[in-house]
Amino acid sequence: MRFPVKRSENAFICLKNRDGPNENCKMTFVCTNGAKSETVKEGVNMTFISNLINGISLGSVYAIIALGYTMVYGIAKMLNFAHGDVIMVGAYISYCASSYLGFSPVLSVLLAMVVCTVLGVAIEAFAYRPLRRSGSLAVLITAIGVSYLLQNVALLIWGSNPKAFKSLVTFGSISLFDGKLIITAESIVTVIACIIIMVGLSLFTKKSKMGKAMRAVSEDKDAAELMGINVNVTISLTFAIGSALAAIAGVLLCSAYPTLQPTTGSMPGIKAFTAAVFGGIGSIPGAMIGGILLGIIEIFSKSYISTALSDAIVFAVLIVVLLVKPTGLLGKKITEKV
Amino acid sequence: MNKTRKLSKFTLTNIKCYGMIIVAFAVLYPMLKMNMISNKISGLLIPICAYIVMAISLNLTVGFLGELSLGHAGFMSVGAFSGVITVACMQSGLPAPVKLLAAIIIGGIMAGILGLIIGIPVIRLKGDYLAIVTLAFGEIIKNIINCLYIGVDGSGLHFSMKSAEALNLSDGKIILNGPQGAVGVSKIATFFAGVLLILFALFVVLNLVNSKTGRAVTAIRDNRIAAESVGINITKYKLTAFIISAVIAGMAGALYGLNFSTIAAKKFDFNTSILILVFVVLGGMGNIPGTIIATTLLYMLPEMLRQFSDYRMLIYAIVLILVMLATNSPRAKVFANKIVGIFKKNNETDGEGDVSNG
Amino acid sequence: MKKFTKIASLALTAVMAATCLAGCGAGSSTSGSASEDKKVIKIGGIGPLTGAAAIYGQAVKNGAEIALDEVNAKGDLKFELKFEDDENDAEKAVNAYNNLKDWGMQVSMGTVTTQPCIAVSAESNSDGMFALTPSASAPDVVKDKDFMFQMCFSDPNQGVASAKYIKEQNLGEKIAIIYNNSDVYSTGIYQKFTSEAQNQGLNVVCVKTFTDDSANDFTSQLNEIKAAGADLVYLPIYYTPASLILTQAKKMQYEPKFFGVDGMDGILTLEGFDKSLAEGVMLLTPFTADAQDEATKSFVKKYNEKYKETPNQFAADGYDVVNAIYEACKKAGITGDMTSEEIGKKLVDTFTSADFKIDGITGTGMTWSKDGEVSKEPKGMVIKNGAYVGM
Repeated sequence: MRFPVKRSENAFICLKNRDGPNENCKMTFVCTNGAKSETVKEGVNMTFISNLINGISLGSVYAIIALGYTMVYGIAKMLNFAHGDVIMVGAYISYCASSYLGFSPVLSVLLAMVVCTVLGVAIEAFAYRPLRRSGSLAVLITAIGVSYLLQNVALLIWGSNPKAFKSLVTFGSISLFDGKLIITAESIVTVIACIIIMVGLSLFTKKSKMGKAMRAVSEDKDAAELMGINVNVTISLTFAIGSALAAIAGVLLCSAYPTLQPTTGSMPGIKAFTAAVFGGIGSIPGAMIGGILLGIIEIFSKSYISTALSDAIVFAVLIVVLLVKPTGLLGKKITEKV
Repeated sequence: MNKTRKLSKFTLTNIKCYGMIIVAFAVLYPMLKMNMISNKISGLLIPICAYIVMAISLNLTVGFLGELSLGHAGFMSVGAFSGVITVACMQSGLPAPVKLLAAIIIGGIMAGILGLIIGIPVIRLKGDYLAIVTLAFGEIIKNIINCLYIGVDGSGLHFSMKSAEALNLSDGKIILNGPQGAVGVSKIATFFAGVLLILFALFVVLNLVNSKTGRAVTAIRDNRIAAESVGINITKYKLTAFIISAVIAGMAGALYGLNFSTIAAKKFDFNTSILILVFVVLGGMGNIPGTIIATTLLYMLPEMLRQFSDYRMLIYAIVLILVMLATNSPRAKVFANKIVGIFKKNNETDGEGDVSNG
Repeated sequence: MKKFTKIASLALTAVMAATCLAGCGAGSSTSGSASEDKKVIKIGGIGPLTGAAAIYGQAVKNGAEIALDEVNAKGDLKFELKFEDDENDAEKAVNAYNNLKDWGMQVSMGTVTTQPCIAVSAESNSDGMFALTPSASAPDVVKDKDFMFQMCFSDPNQGVASAKYIKEQNLGEKIAIIYNNSDVYSTGIYQKFTSEAQNQGLNVVCVKTFTDDSANDFTSQLNEIKAAGADLVYLPIYYTPASLILTQAKKMQYEPKFFGVDGMDGILTLEGFDKSLAEGVMLLTPFTADAQDEATKSFVKKYNEKYKETPNQFAADGYDVVNAIYEACKKAGITGDMTSEEIGKKLVDTFTSADFKIDGITGTGMTWSKDGEVSKEPKGMVIKNGAYVGM
């Protein structure tokens, strides 16, 4: 077989010469309809449920990342755009630990959490702390600088070749209704992890002494300091928790979607940020609800509207929500004082 | 007394801005004509012009209006594509400057219309929520242009969201081909036009800032409630500033788009918006001369770092962080003042001082 | 803390000053070395070395460097290669091209990815500089450009060939397609494939898309394809998303046949990838790393030694580009003291002459048409026991 090398094979000329101009789209359309009529109603329902489960699973990953964003925003009042890249570092660490050093899944996740915690605290101390009093924009730009830095360091250490992340979830999928509905082990673990983390964080901030300190700092830094709360330690702790969560999110993200490259964290990072705003930034249950809703909307718009426009739809929903509730679903109303 | 001092400050900024651009042009243009500049620098001139105009435009939103916009590249994108389409639709006989002018005007108008559409809902929001909505709009614009197919033939423009075939072109050409973007754009942007556009943007922004509208806008930025209580119509002034900012961004986009033979929606993503924001923040919020310097230096920086090959972007990131720390950290300011004290120089503004070190 | 800021500020000033000085210094030193050694032919390459597409640029760069070492070892011509980063961005690619021109580039290796290549080829064509791109495959790359040539198949040709192949071998009754509609390469192949599929009477039951920003989750696409009952899924995409599709299909217990294009090559060498997932995947590719001919074996061995990786198709393209330029330079009698315009004219004549044929590792007996498109044969491959086997 040979490839014909003729200029008339050029796509554009060919497209122009075609008689039935709309055939291509018509074909797709008719065929999709045909496929749908073939499947029994049950099958359609199963696809729906399966999409819903996938949406919740994807949303849970967003939710865990969003929790990190929301914690940091709530307490340090800054948009930490480097958060997505901490996720990437976490995934790489656990990949190396399990593939090269032969660590068990739990141990490699723990190692990733430790490394990310140290990294997060270090970033805060060196890059963000000096700018704490100089406006949110300066910190935002620094965070972007840190994000570039992490991506390029990862590129130098681990190279540009993507790595196929081996799922750290070792048990298999659950098959229901004669294989019509399949729930992957990763989605179960992700959803459970998400719920545990959310409940744990809520309890921590409500009940523990450090958690109370965090809330105090988030309300008013100066007043908290006057009350004898060490603001620096509290903010460092917030970054530590957020980064440890990022490590977990990285492992779960890459277990479900197993490609790992230096840019892996950036898009989920932006989407999780959207999720955090969606739920009301600064609110822990809000981040969870925002994340899961975002995941469901994304999967459903992909399945039922358009894959190409799914991101546009996600953002459009976000805009509508913010117009109706300007501080997100569960966001606090801020009353301005003169 | 106070009034005259302010006025002189205004003229001083004016002289600084226009002077800087005109001197740069007067030096570079003859050199360019005589081929005395390396290909590297001459290739950078037009993009730098476009980015300076973008930065001036964003400084109006961020610096003077005080609202963080993370989707400014969206306006640039709309301007670029409308400009490209305008040129593709015009008769080939027309001289290039006429086409370029038309493209820039239409690019500005289209971006302005979009600015109005986006501005009405966005202006109701505040702070980080406004930022995220602009980010969302930027992403939506990118996504939609990414699946937009536009062609032109004897009967006019054809649009489709499906595929190039769905355009039903009888005998014409595809201008915008979905994810591939526009291909075969006639490269008619010139350095001269770029400089004129910068001067135009400067003229509009500097005069706006010093007009009644501009004072109302800065009053809103400094204290919204106080401004409202003295009877300033917040929505009207915010929207005016936002739309003007969008129009200028659209013009910059048209200039940018017509400088390359191909252009795709992907280019105008979140990262480009952030890049421009970095120019503005480093140049100083509300500081137009600073923005121009910062844009030029920061845009050239990655190109200057090329000999570090693999470490290039790493160094860029480190420089970015260090510059931010040095220009914004209170301790660095104290330190800078000390140095200034050593050299016994007074009246040094810290922000500009550090940037011009590069 | 105070100390830190002091050091930081000093370091910053130093770095900024150093880069400015180094920038000027490097510029002048390279132009100096050009005059010293007139024999060297300077080849410039552009591709993404950082960012999400870095893998393609780095592979091409590595492959080209291996070929360069071989060429220089032969001794009759001396090549010098400079490879610049473009971050897969048209604007940066044009900047890189201008940078290379200042360096004294005489022959261009085009750029690696399509969108930047279209922008750069417009520049290089108007400069009369010969360019041979390793992997930018859209027809627009070479359209109306006399000095621009391709080493890879053009996208439409791949689409047509795949459709014909599927029909000839009777591989599937119901065909589904997943393609990346934010990517020129993928969209180009898809468009041509569907129109050819109609000519061939293939039954395409479902077409699904994704974008670069949503290239994580394919479950909804796979769900619909499964519901449509497709038994062959055509994947005109790169191997990174393809590996995700295979993994997720497996988890859903959906096991149709998969058919890929040359972008699929590399899936077996993806670090950590479970090769059993790719069992039975078919693809059309010009290059396979475990081909048994001497040229491929020696290339793969050298590549492994130097970069500790198995080369993919991009690396092979980069290798062939340098070799093709070398052969053409030898044939046309090109020396390093000619200008890029002179070299350009001679190389174009050589490449389009009837008796110019190249045997490379991405094809044997490759010839080029006046349009700049290459003519070579793809190999139908199927993955069995974790290795490619000819079909």
